[in-house]
Amino acid sequence: MSLTSATPSASVRPLRGTYLRLLVRGLLAGLLAGLAAGVVAFFLGEPHIEAAIALEEHASHDHGAHGGHSHGDDALVSRTGQQVGLFLATGFAGMSLGVLYASVLYAVRRHSRLSGPALALVAAGLGWAAIAAVPFVKYPANPPAVGVPETIDQRTLLWVAAVLLGLVAVTAAVALARALPAETSLTSRIVASLAVFLAVVCVGYLALPHINDVGEDFPATLLWEFRMASLATQASLWLVLGLAFAWLTERFDRRFAAQTVGVR
Amino acid sequence: MSAVHAPYVEAELGPIPLALTATAVTLLALLVLYLVGFDQGAVSRTGMFLHELMHDGRHLMGVPCH
Repeated sequence: MSLTSATPSASVRPLRGTYLRLLVRGLLAGLLAGLAAGVVAFFLGEPHIEAAIALEEHASHDHGAHGGHSHGDDALVSRTGQQVGLFLATGFAGMSLGVLYASVLYAVRRHSRLSGPALALVAAGLGWAAIAAVPFVKYPANPPAVGVPETIDQRTLLWVAAVLLGLVAVTAAVALARALPAETSLTSRIVASLAVFLAVVCVGYLALPHINDVGEDFPATLLWEFRMASLATQASLWLVLGLAFAWLTERFDRRFAAQTVGVR
Repeated sequence: MSAVHAPYVEAELGPIPLALTATAVTLLALLVLYLVGFDQGAVSRTGMFLHELMHDGRHLMGVPCH
């Protein structure tokens, strides 16, 4: 008997539970993920946002020109308000992504031989690749004071297009991995999927227009550090989403197993 | 088979309620993501208040801001 067809042990239980149960799990994992991302963003990102705003204010005083909005005393939401808003933004984004993630897991679980926790972690990794990494490499996050307000609508649409590109690329890679014959080795499967993913992403990157809004005199170190903070924020959101969902799944499986043992 | 692998018994929604729930949840999640990431008052009816409140989160989650 081969290992793969052996009796499933506790560690390879497929993802179980009704749609509603998975939704609640996704919402909870998403809330934790959003708050964790908020903490990372607050400590790693906020100092750079402050520094960029100081530059922005300085520039607008020098030239008398005003960008899209103000961060000073006349701002609609104070800086403290925006820092509280940071946690609201990451928390709500985490919960929204959490229920979408749970819905995808519910839809794909019958096609997967992975255990519930493994499926959750793989899906979170692919979600990060599609929704965070692919858009970020083409259109990286920018701190305040970078960006021409007149082109915000166009840049937003292009960023959404890059998210869709990431989703298409990941879907194509997963579809290929599943379409390969069963005897294909794991490494061949991974190399083939990776090749399809990269091919789709490269074609998309070439098709999408280039944007560079960074001013000549914007400090390079500040830009780099802000972008690293943004990368860490998004990575922590997806990492905690996957880990929290996997943990809740294991917890549920343990309790479920205990219950059935109890009635035996 | 041992009792540990007993079939899962919790009742799933019927196909139509399931499809409706999935659609509602997806639309609601996308609406919230829109309000966090893109709203400039047209949907939230708060003017630029929500946009400004979400300002730092939008920047650090990599959504174009301004």
